[in-house]
Amino acid sequence: MRAGNQHPPQDAPRFQVALYVTCLVDLFRPSVAFDTIQLLEQAGCEVTVPTLQTCCGQPTYNTGDYESTIPLARQLIEAFEFADYVVVPSGSCAGMISHHYPKLLQDEWRERALALAAKTFELTTFLSDIAKIEKAPGDTAPLPSVTYHDSCAGLRELGVKAQPRALLKELCNLEVSELGQTEVCCGFGGTFCAKMPELSGKMASDKLDSALATGAKVLAGGDMGCLMNIAGRAKRLGKNIEVRHIAELLAGDLDGPAIGEGKQ
Amino acid sequence: MSSTDQAKGSRAFYSNVRSSLQETEKVNRRDMLGLFMPMIRDAAVNEFGGFEELRRHVKNIKQHSLDNLYHYLSQFVEEAKSNGNHVHFAQDSSEMNSIVLDICQQHDARRVIKGKSMVTEETHLLPHLQSAGLEVVETDLGEYIIQQAGESPSHIVGPALHKSVDEIRELFMRKHQLGERELEGPAEMVAEARTVLREHFLKADVGIIGSNALIAESGYSMLVTNEGNGDLCANLPKVLIICTTMDRVVPRANDAMALLRLLVRSATGQPVTCYTSFYSGPRQGEDTDGPIETHIVLLDNKRSDILDSDYREMLQCIRCAACLNHCPIYIGAGGHAYGSVYMGPMGSVLTPLLTSLEESNALPNACTACGRCAEVCPASIPLPDLLRDLRHDETRAKLSPTRWRVGMKIHAWLLSHPWLYHKLTALGIPALGWLGRKKGSFKSLVLANGWTDERDFPAPQGRTFMQQYQSQRDDNEDAG
Repeated sequence: MRAGNQHPPQDAPRFQVALYVTCLVDLFRPSVAFDTIQLLEQAGCEVTVPTLQTCCGQPTYNTGDYESTIPLARQLIEAFEFADYVVVPSGSCAGMISHHYPKLLQDEWRERALALAAKTFELTTFLSDIAKIEKAPGDTAPLPSVTYHDSCAGLRELGVKAQPRALLKELCNLEVSELGQTEVCCGFGGTFCAKMPELSGKMASDKLDSALATGAKVLAGGDMGCLMNIAGRAKRLGKNIEVRHIAELLAGDLDGPAIGEGKQ
Repeated sequence: MSSTDQAKGSRAFYSNVRSSLQETEKVNRRDMLGLFMPMIRDAAVNEFGGFEELRRHVKNIKQHSLDNLYHYLSQFVEEAKSNGNHVHFAQDSSEMNSIVLDICQQHDARRVIKGKSMVTEETHLLPHLQSAGLEVVETDLGEYIIQQAGESPSHIVGPALHKSVDEIRELFMRKHQLGERELEGPAEMVAEARTVLREHFLKADVGIIGSNALIAESGYSMLVTNEGNGDLCANLPKVLIICTTMDRVVPRANDAMALLRLLVRSATGQPVTCYTSFYSGPRQGEDTDGPIETHIVLLDNKRSDILDSDYREMLQCIRCAACLNHCPIYIGAGGHAYGSVYMGPMGSVLTPLLTSLEESNALPNACTACGRCAEVCPASIPLPDLLRDLRHDETRAKLSPTRWRVGMKIHAWLLSHPWLYHKLTALGIPALGWLGRKKGSFKSLVLANGWTDERDFPAPQGRTFMQQYQSQRDDNEDAG
């Protein structure tokens, strides 16, 4: 297992970071969290992982069950408000915290949500704009050609667009082969993909077709939900493209199977 | 099933979508629309330069107008009346339809020509007039086409965008007296429609048009068209009726111009429409043309309720259809799948507000919260937020499926007990990972059939992160 502490920082840590792993990474792709820790430590951060974390509440919130979401928002705020910085390897979960919690909560809790929002960052934004990482944590083996899916919440709520591309360029010397209609949704949309599977499937197919048209070997992105949707659709249709989280590429963690692939 | 057969009522949205996705040719045509319309809109916005600034300005105008709606509405009515217009208020659709029919009957009208107007689609004015024996002809080319085809608009700006050139040609061949003529290409088809429509324009007793803005300071009504048919409807018949809603009102002519700059670029990527007209009222004194009598019918139809609700921002909408053109759901489903007058993101907000959530709660769920609509909306309406708020109303009114509602409650309860959650996931997830270790994903999975209907379900890698992280920490403590 790649433990984060294999790469101790040279000097005293520059940033105290609390990692919000996100439920999908925790359950389905823990390697992304370990990659994230490696990247953060490489960038001079001391990383802690609060153990009282679960889900940010997007599924209940987006379904319209605000009442069930409020306790989850408060729980997350309580678990993370001690931190200097909160880093999240997902644009939609970071957007949920910094964009939607302040709308959902009121009075004192709203103030606390705003305070947390101010120090919560999506992973690539933090690495690129705040910690200004200069070097990849591992030896960068030559990477496969890559295309990038801009997940909607990261793109529109947080302005994540240049950061992952800049990191791939600077850390991995990799130019992204851009998708056609890169700003169009992949059809995940949380519970949407289960409520309206046919429409969702069509959108995922469109995204895959655009990805295959680039000729890239890997489709990378910053949100596990979208990546699981695209990877699952690729498997179903027998389309041949590796789907990986951006943290895996930046950390050079490409030996294990891609999302949805078996250990063969 | 063709789009015309699609079930009405937005509850049928799910089955309509399944049908419309089967029509490959139409799906491809919509995909082209979804590619092309954003491109021309972006080009126009980029060339213009100060779009964002103007967007903020127009938002202020619309919010100020809505905040002071009754003031500006009274001013508009006073000015419009002093220009010689008759002004009527209609509480709901049937009242608007009755007022319009009464006016037609007072003038013994037999022939009516109509410009494009979503408000009259909303009130179903056309069938109301026809059932009273009036001949009503739509004069906007798109509206004319779908009237001939017996269909409804699939798009609020381009009502016949769902029809191919060949389909329109076949329609004209069937409906028009063409003799030996073959109608080669769009230019000949447009010329044919123009010839037919000209006769209707010249014979009509009453013209009906809509309005893009009502200017309070002058009592004028602004209308934009690309075909000039609105002007002919307004100026050739003796009687003009403008059917519109109260939320179109803005304080000044300058405000209408600001709105115009955003509207046209957002709608069609043009800097300005071919025709932008301001209607003041009936012909006066020395005037040699223009209508002899003019009426303005102001429809409420729940706008007052919306104004007093949390959904007031929806009244900022200027009906440009940019949200439709940028919505992957609209592009995938097609306008007819919505089963309602308004479609796309603006329609999914407006339809439940104009009808009821009971009959249209499917529509607010037709959203991935991708946010592209809000990004391009010239009126700065937070459409994904409003759609989510409608889903909140849906949840509270227990209109959503029980298994979703209860499922979400259980899900949230478990998530709010981190210790238990981590224990349970530490048992279940490695087991699931083990089952899926060879193939890496599942073709089907209990409780995930919505997902696995269309895609495989990626298997977990194995132990959860929290499990691994915890044992790592325990090891470190033991070692230390």
